[in-house]
This record gives sequence, C-alpha cells and structure tokens, in this order.
Amino acid sequence: MLKQIEGSRAVAEAVAASRPQVICAYPITPQTHIVEALGTMVKKGELNAAFLNVESEFAAMSAVIGAAATGARAYTATASQGLLYMSEAVYNAAGLGLPIVMTVANRAIGAPINIWNDHSDAMSQRDAGWIQLYAETNQEAADLHVQAFKLAEQLSNPVMVCMDGFLLTHASERVDVPEQDQVDVFLPSYEPRQVLDPDDPVSIGAMVGPEAFTEVRFLAHERMRRALDLIPDVAADFRHWFGRDSGGLVKPYRTDDAELVVVALGSVLGTVKDAVDELREEGIRIGALGITTFRPFPVQAVRAALDGDHRLRRVVVLERALAPGSGGIVTADLRAALGDDTIIDTVVAGLGGRPVTRKSLRQMLAKASLGDLLEFSFLDLNVGLVEAELARMRATRRSGPSAENLLRDLG
Amino acid sequence: MSYERIKFYQTGSFAAGNRLLPEDLRSVQASDARANTLTCGHRACQGCGEALGARYALDAVMRATKGKLIAVNATGCLEVFSTPFPETSWQIAWLHSLFGNAPAVASGVAATLKAMGRPDIRVVAQGGDGGTVDIGMGCLSGLFERGDDVLYICYDNQAYMNTGVQRSGATPPAARTATTPAVGSEPGNTFGQGKNVPLIAMAHEIPYVATATVADLRDLEYKATRAMDFHGARYLHILVPCPLGWGSKPADTIKVARLATESGLFPVFEAEAGQVVSAAPIRHQVPVTDYLRLQARYAHLFHPQERTEVIARLQAAADRNIARFGLRIDQSQQDHPERPLLPLAPTDHTPGER
Amino acid sequence: MDKPFAITLDPGSSRANHTGAWRTERPVYVSLLPPCNNACPAGENIQQWLYHAEEGGQPAYEAAWRQIMADNPFPAIMGRVCYRPCEAACNRGQVDEAVGINSVERFLGDQAIREGWAAQLPPRGTASAPGDGGAPVAAAPTGKRVLVVGAGPSGLSAAYHLTRLGHAVTIKDAGSEPGGMMRYGIPKYRLPRDVLDAEINRILDMGVTLELNTRVTDLLSELTEAAGGHAGEGDGFDAAFVAVGAHIGKRAYIPAGDSARIMDAVSVLHSVEDGTPPMLGRRVAVYGGGNTAMDAARTARRLGASEAVVVYRRTRDRMPAHDIEVEEALEEGITMRWLSTVAHADPGKLVIEKMRLDDTGFPQPTGEFEELAADCLVLALGQDADLAVLDGVPDVTFSGGTVDVGPDLMTGHPGIFAGGDMVPAERTVTVAIGHGKKAARAIDAWLRGGSGATAPRHDLAAYEGLNTWYYSDAPAAVRPKLAAARRTGTFDEVTGGLDASTAVFEARRCLSCGNCFGCDNCYGSCPDNAIIKTGPAGYEIDYDYCKGCGICVTECPCGAMTMIPEEP
Repeated sequence: MLKQIEGSRAVAEAVAASRPQVICAYPITPQTHIVEALGTMVKKGELNAAFLNVESEFAAMSAVIGAAATGARAYTATASQGLLYMSEAVYNAAGLGLPIVMTVANRAIGAPINIWNDHSDAMSQRDAGWIQLYAETNQEAADLHVQAFKLAEQLSNPVMVCMDGFLLTHASERVDVPEQDQVDVFLPSYEPRQVLDPDDPVSIGAMVGPEAFTEVRFLAHERMRRALDLIPDVAADFRHWFGRDSGGLVKPYRTDDAELVVVALGSVLGTVKDAVDELREEGIRIGALGITTFRPFPVQAVRAALDGDHRLRRVVVLERALAPGSGGIVTADLRAALGDDTIIDTVVAGLGGRPVTRKSLRQMLAKASLGDLLEFSFLDLNVGLVEAELARMRATRRSGPSAENLLRDLG
Repeated sequence: MSYERIKFYQTGSFAAGNRLLPEDLRSVQASDARANTLTCGHRACQGCGEALGARYALDAVMRATKGKLIAVNATGCLEVFSTPFPETSWQIAWLHSLFGNAPAVASGVAATLKAMGRPDIRVVAQGGDGGTVDIGMGCLSGLFERGDDVLYICYDNQAYMNTGVQRSGATPPAARTATTPAVGSEPGNTFGQGKNVPLIAMAHEIPYVATATVADLRDLEYKATRAMDFHGARYLHILVPCPLGWGSKPADTIKVARLATESGLFPVFEAEAGQVVSAAPIRHQVPVTDYLRLQARYAHLFHPQERTEVIARLQAAADRNIARFGLRIDQSQQDHPERPLLPLAPTDHTPGER
Repeated sequence: MDKPFAITLDPGSSRANHTGAWRTERPVYVSLLPPCNNACPAGENIQQWLYHAEEGGQPAYEAAWRQIMADNPFPAIMGRVCYRPCEAACNRGQVDEAVGINSVERFLGDQAIREGWAAQLPPRGTASAPGDGGAPVAAAPTGKRVLVVGAGPSGLSAAYHLTRLGHAVTIKDAGSEPGGMMRYGIPKYRLPRDVLDAEINRILDMGVTLELNTRVTDLLSELTEAAGGHAGEGDGFDAAFVAVGAHIGKRAYIPAGDSARIMDAVSVLHSVEDGTPPMLGRRVAVYGGGNTAMDAARTARRLGASEAVVVYRRTRDRMPAHDIEVEEALEEGITMRWLSTVAHADPGKLVIEKMRLDDTGFPQPTGEFEELAADCLVLALGQDADLAVLDGVPDVTFSGGTVDVGPDLMTGHPGIFAGGDMVPAERTVTVAIGHGKKAARAIDAWLRGGSGATAPRHDLAAYEGLNTWYYSDAPAAVRPKLAAARRTGTFDEVTGGLDASTAVFEARRCLSCGNCFGCDNCYGSCPDNAIIKTGPAGYEIDYDYCKGCGICVTECPCGAMTMIPEEP
C-alpha cells in the first residue's frame, strides 16, 4: 500500500508482514525507529511474535540464533558499534547456517564516535558468511527484507539488509509497503533445515577439527555462490507478485555505451544517477552501476554490466568506507572481477555522514573522465586542515622532553 | 530441610537407590530407564565431576519434563568433550553457540517455544563457571532480569579448565591456577576477589536459586526437579570437582565435593524470590584442611611449610558460611530418626508463577 | 532432518569411541568376609541372613532362618545365650552402634518355632548352604553310622550336621534330658525350656537316635575295626564325636566350721533344673567371677534369697563373666565384693580377706579381714571336664584338663573326634556348636577317605574399606527387658525379643560389609555411564567405556569393589 512513510517504519511494516516469530532488539542510533515500531505492533497485538528487549547486541544476535535453531523465523536490527559488539555471534550464525534476517542501518564506526551514515559497519562483517544486500531507496529497503527471508530460508544462510542510517531510515518518502496478503503468497512459512526438537534430538554446534573444517568452509562458500543464482530468481519472483523491480545482483544505469562507470552501493546511487544524467547532457559517456548484492560478490553480473561491449575505459568506485592502510574495499573486489586491464579510480566519500553532493560528484567525475583523478582520493577532503595537521606532526616530531613540545604547541 | 529423607536406616536416602526401596523413592540415577542425557564415549577426563553433574542434573530434568527438553550449552569443557566431530554424547536436543551467550541463546529458544505454543517443552542453559561468572555474566543478568523461562545451570569447577586451568571469577582464594601460580610471596589466587553468583542471582529475585554438589545426588536431583516446578528464570549452581585442575585423585571427585560442603566452604542452600528458604545441614563438620589436603592446587599451603595464617583465613570463611546460612546441625536433630521422603513429583508445593 | 555437515550430529554417536582404552586399572566387584561372619564361632553367614531378613515378610524370614540353619541349628537359643562376638566385631559399631545381630537371630529363631518350620536336608548334590566352604554333601544316605557322646550343644550340632551330610547318627547321653549345659547350666530365665526343647526336637525329628541315661564306658567297643574299635561290621559306629562337656565343679579348700553350708554352683543349678531346688537361705554368697557365678547368684534371688553377694578376688574388669551377665545381675540387685577371698566359712557368716592387685595384676592378701553375713556359700570356681570316657583309648592325649585335638578336632586316635568344653577353647555354647559343625565336616571327610580341604577364606571387609557417609545415623533398637524388680521374683524370661518391624529395622542397619546389597551407587556415580544394571542387585562394568577413574570403588558404601591393575 502506497504511503508517505518514514523509512524505518516502512521496513518495520515489511518485516511484520513477513511474519517473524521472534524479534530481538537492542537500541542503537539510527536503527531505533525500526525496532520501536515492531515493538509497538507486537504490544498492540497487531503482530503475533515474541519481542525480546535484550541487554546488548551480542544478546540480540544470540537470542535470534536460539530462536532460529528452534524453528522460528527470527529478526533483529543493529548498526555500527552494535554490529561489532555482536560480531562473534554474527559469524556464529553464518557458521551454523541459520536463516536469520538482520537490518543494518549503516553508520560509521568509532573511535571517534560518530552516529552518522557510512558503510564501515557492514563492511567490517563482509567475510562473516552473511549475504549482504544494499538498498538504494526506502522502497527497496522494505522490499529487500521480504526477499531476504525467502532467500535466507531457501539457502539456510543469514542475510543482512543494509540501509543508510538517517539518509534512508529517517527519511520520509512514498513507499508502496508490501501488504500482508501479498507477502503471504510470496513467502511460505519457515521450514527449518535443522531444528531443535526433543522428539528428534540432534546436537547442533559440534567442534570440528582440522580434518573437516576446510570442507565445512568450502560448503559455506558454495552456499554463497548458489545465492548468486537464487537472488535473481527471488527478485524475479518478487516482480511477479509485487509488480516492481527490487533487489537482484546489480543495477546498471546507462552503462550500455558508457566509457566511464561509477560503481556505488546504497542510497548515494540516487545522487550518482543525477550526476550521471547531468554529465550525459554534456556528452560524457558515463553510466552508473549499483551493486545491490555485495556478498556474495556478483563477479559475472558485474563484468557483464560493465564491459559487455568492451567500451569501458575507466571505473570510478565511490567507497562509503575506508580500509586504513589499504584503501578501497569495494575496489578490491571489483579489481578481482575486472582484472588489470580496466583503470579503476577509488574515491572515498561521505565518511561519518558527510553529505555527498551532486556538485561535488560532478566535479569529481568530470575530472575522472579526463583521467585527472588520482588512483585513490577522498571526496571533499579539507586539504588545508589535513596539511596543517600533517605539517604540525612533522614539525613537532623533534627530540626533547614531551612537556617542552607541548609548551611549544601551546605557543 | 528442603525435603525430608527416607526412614530407611541402612542407607537412608543418601545412596542412589536400594533394592528394597520402592522405585519412586529411589533416585533418578538408580533407574535403568534414566535418560542418560550424556552417554558414554565422551572425552572427559577420568573422574570428571562435570560429566557426572551434567548427567545428574539433566536426567532429573528429563524426568521432570517427561523428556521434553532443549539444552543450550556454552563453550567449555562440557561442550568440547561431548561433541568432537563426528561424535556427540548428547541424547537430547542440544545447541552450542558461543562462550558467553548461552543464557541469551536460551532466551531465544524459550521465546520461540512460547510463540509456537509449546509450553510442554522446557529449556535448560548450561555452562562452566567461566562462561557463567565472567564472560557470560551480562547475558546471564539479562536472562534473570527479563525472567525468561530458562533454567540456567552452572557447573562450577572454579577455573577455566578447558583452556588449561586459568583463574576465573569463581576461583577460590589461595587456589593455584595457571594465571595465579603458586609462586611469590602470596602464592595462589588473591583473597578478596571473586563473585558469588548464587547471591547475584538472588539479588535479581528470580523464582528459584539453589546450590548443590555432585556429592549429594538426592539433593541435586531434588533441586533440579524443584526448579522445574517454577516458570521464569531459575539458577542452579553445582560444584563439580575437576581432578586435573584441582590436582585431586579421579576416584576422589565425589569425596572432595563432600568435604567442600562438610567443611562449610561450599554452602548448599535454596532460595526463592531472593530469600534463602532452606540450607542443607552439615552432617559431620570437618576442618577445611581435610578438604584442602586432597588437592594439589592447595599444596603450597602445606609445603614446604604450613601457611597457617592462610588456612586460618579459609577456615574463617567456612565458619562465616556456616553462621550465615545456618549450616550447623542441632544436637537434637542428630538423635531424631530420619523422616520419610516425599516422592519426586511435585506434590503440595505451590507451583511457581508463570 | 537435513543436517549440515559436521556442525550437526546424531545423538549418542560417541558410543563409537571406546574410552575403555584409557584405563590403567579397572574396577571389579568383590565379595569380602564381613567381620561378623569372621567372628562367629559357629561360622554363620550373618551378612547373608541379615540380607534376607531385611526384606521383611514371612518368606524373607524363612529364607534368613534357613541361611542360619545351614550353619547353626539353634538360632532361638543363640538369640538368648550367645555372647555375640559378631556384635563386638560389627563395623557398624564404629558408626553409631553395632547391629543387634543377636536380637534379629532370636526373632528369626522364634519365628521358626512359632511357624513350625522343619529342618530340611539340603537338595541332592548341592552344597549345604552358600558360604559353606564348599563342603560336599549328599542328601542320600551314606550308609555310615556315627556315634555322638554327649547331648549338649556340641554333640547336638554335630548330630545335625552329620545327618545333613547323609550319615546315620546316634547320640548317647548319661543324663535324663538332652541339652547339656544349655539345660543344666543356664537358668530358665535366660533360656526358657520350651524354646530349648523345640530346637532340640527339631534335630531329633530329622532321624537322629537319642539314647538318654546311657553312659558310654567302653568307647572302643562301640566302634568298628576300621575306626580302631572292637565292634563287628554292622554293629559298630564308623566314627565317634565325644563332647561330654565340663560339668564337674572345681573345688577349693576353704576352712569351714561344722554345719557351714558350702555348695557347688553346678550342682545347685542342676538341682533347680531337676525340680528339686536346694534351700539356700536368705543371704547367699557366691564365690567366683564367671558366668556360672552370675547364674548362681541370680538363681539364688529367684529361690527366695533377699541378698545375693558375689565374692571375687579381683576386679570387675578381670571377671571372666560376660558383661551382659554382670549387667543383668547388677540390675537385679546382686551386689559384688571385689578384691575379696573367703578365708573362713562359718554357719551364718563368712570371713572375707581383702585383696589388692600387685604390679602384675595378681591379687595379694592384705591381711585385712571382715565378716560377711551369709546363710550359705556357693562355690563357682570353674569346671572340669570328665575325661573318663576317653581313658585308655590308645593315642589319645590330654593336657591341662582337656583332650588334645588337631585343627580338624580329631584326637590322636583316628576316627575319634572331640569338641566343646572338653577341648581347649573358649567355653561358650556358640563355640561348642561351631565345634559340632567343624567335627561333622571333618568326620565326613575322614569317612570318605580324604581330608576336608576348606575353601580359602576371603579377605576381611575392614572398616576402612567402607564409605560410611551413605549410612544414615540410626542407633540400635533395644530389646525390651522385664523390669528388674519383677525379674528377680520369677523365672520368666528376662529379655524379650524384638517385634517384626523392629527386627527388620535392626537387620537393615547392617552395612553389608564387603558384599553388594544393591544400593545402585556404582551405577549412579559413574561419570561415563559405564556400568550396566543387570538386575535388582546386579551390576556389570562396561569395560568398553570404563576409564578406570575409581569413583565407583570409592563410593561403594560396603566396600564390595576394588581396583586391580589392567593387564598389559
């Protein structure tokens, strides 16, 4: 049903329509509105689920692990510090093969503490074995949750739906919120692959040694690769029942004859597409590729979208997170997919919630199209500030007691 | 007394059973129909108190729940020695997730069973002292505070045994561990540290808290059974000697646990809603040295010379427990014959709140 | 369920791991000799009959009684006159109080008499009872005849066991009633005659021939040539057991005036039994410190003496009389004059000399005298055996007033055995009964041409092997006693028996030292679930999984398990 609705609220309604049986929640900005909405629905009796207010994110993931193992469709949500705090359990859920769905309302990781949006939280868990989906819009965010349950349960693998904190969660937009009867047709009830049942007892969570661990990991990798086939199927299924495109592996935009393509994840794609349109007006053959499924990384889909007709000369990867000491994160996966022949420029943008403006993007892309971009750069970096700080550090790196140095700094 | 004993003077209700006792007055362990929740072939050390305690507690809970039980296990000795791929010695529905999250995982299991409308299936979460007292404390407190319908059982062998006998928040003062070695001017674990988790549990005012040891099977079974009368969060703390970590003989495991209670160092009691309701009286009190001498982790208290001041402090702690929990048996009680045992099914006890 | 590889496992798959390979030593079940069995002069399997009795109910009582009867045909008598060395040895005494074995034995013996249970011959080809030492028996008659001289406890016991072994037995006794000291030495108030008669007759009913008023003067003429005698085949006995007791009161020289009344305790008791009690007077002094002295003093009270004083030259702790007898005598108002000897006996009074113990504990005269009013003096200074029956028998030797016998109770003359008070041994009814059994088995072996090899004794079940924590604290039940005052006036039985529930209570106090009684502790205490329960009191170690930790052995309450090294 079409509504003017806050992103968090839309997600909550989509999750509710997916009939979860157990919801665990620990509050962290900017996820709070999602779990508050779900909690209210449960309390009012509108949603028949168990709603657990737990004492930490670690407990939240742990509780949904217990719930999923007992055969419940289970859901939780977190962000940033919370995601890190539950990291041990995040890996555990994937290792056990439990079809948990979790919303990550992307937010920067401290120190320094920062409550605004970037992708560093979800990126930190990219190797945990979860499927990672990035929503571009609130519509997609709502839709991806419904798809996520289906995907997770078919694969017996947990799914993380990432949506940009504040930019999506707290933005009020027009969303066609999936309705109960629609979801019921699309999403069957959960049939667990393995379950804790006193009448058919099993021991879940054995210790596996060197003789078999590699094989377990191999099978987990295979499972993720199977997702590459399943995700488009689920998206197609969703289109059939809901009448719109949502999800899938990648979203090419005007890439057919593009010589320059911007690759990005999440809500920044909206601004990217605006910049692309403007530059196209100026005759630059530019396109954009949104990566909806970041894990598993859709190598084939990326290649096909980017270089189907071999016109591509340059890719700019717009990173919403940074690997200090290394550089880009998406860049690394992209380079592995494309090989060394394609020029890839990495631009780190919007860390800690800094707005990514159309103007800045345009300027950066114009330079990129001329080949004037550095291989690795930061968008809208306050160069003066960092140069002054670097100079200060160089200057203050002199011998002598530190007290003297400090006095000197103070002037 | 929390329960009354059998008027059967040969072995009363202390031994597991007796051919002359009616079946319903014998322990669960005496029955060849016992669940054997943890069966043979596991990798526990010879004489492992935890293996014994786990079977004792869970077989009793299995009988109380008529076999409708799901167990969640923390990482630790119990989990490691029972489930090395491809072997598991568990015969029940069992889940192991992480070290510190057993209470939270169990909360999820309990929530699911409630959501599915399965009140007949009950949940036990269990772990060692490390997983309960230290790394699991946050989740444990959360479980208690929410009152989720889980019985949490802590098997306390007073150190991180599975990783090589390191000190935990349950390690008693003066005890030698790998991280509180018996060297220096104050060998062994420091005085004045440590947590009393049963009291912490009581402070949460959960319906039922009890302590027990592997030395008194009937008492342990009673408490495991009694705990299942209640709904909500419940806590059972069982002392389980570890021959390896404590440096005691494997054959002495039950004996050492008995001395821990008979010396007063480990008080055995029950509490409901934050109030102590019963304490098991000490039958024949022994000095703490009788208990300490059997364990190499206290050997430094006796060799090369006896550390009388340390031993005196330990004795004082034991005496304090005896006074605090009222563990001394009256002279008059000693002359009374034993009173009959109630059957293990709940009878005239008021059921716990939902 | 589609279990993910390696992460999820099927229940009980650990059984593939045979942890028994870890062992360096293994637990085994053992059967040790309980101290009560070990102490019983009659060799009863006390632990086993208590095991039966503790079940309660008539079938259990009968099974228990039959277990006693396998070794001792006089349980009701034992329950009244035995001095209970079993109770002194009982390990339970170190927990709270010894089990009242004697009380339970009496209860079972009385049950048998009440229910009229008959003594049985053992089934063909089986040992006469478990724990029997494996003595071979045959219910079928052997065709051999054995002569028993003396119908006291020893002779009657021998006759019983010989009959069970298939031999034809004839008892010859010079007296007019069977029973020996049981009748003529122990007063009625300790052993009612109906009980005595019932247990004697039960033996006779098995087919034993009893010839009373028959003194054997020429033993050799009764025996066949094979037994070294003169009797012809078919006429004589193939072996003999002589147990004539020691019923001649010792005399001491006591200076006495004319008409001072001095009597001999044995004769006094005999006369009472014959129904012709002597006139002892109001004040009676008994000289001596043994059981006979106690009996004489207590009998004197019952015959009407208002005062009975026991004069003994040493102190109470040196008295040969059993504590029980002394206690009961004191309760009845018998007074004791310790450290006193009789210097002179006059009508109506005695002159007593006070003694003192020297460094070696030997009494020495002090030269201090005093008078004691007494209408008569009864001498109870010990008894001698009448060895005349063995006089002149070749190769039979004597020493110290008794006949010499080997460990099998055979005298120097092959085929002639002796036992009871006439051989060197503690002089009690129970010892005599034990001799009867031992001699019967030895005779049986001798008649078959072999020497009865006894099975090796099991190791003793010492207290240290028990885990007493498991036994509830429960003091002994106490037999009711006639109020002392009433006791002294009558010859009614002084100590009553236990009722059934108390007897069962008492039997259940038995720790079952060294013998499994099915407490399930081993089965319950194994951390590896490596003990299998095979029956109500049957267990088997599953050595595939047993790691040899030894907890079962430590926690066995009765010490019926031990660790042995694993074979290399």
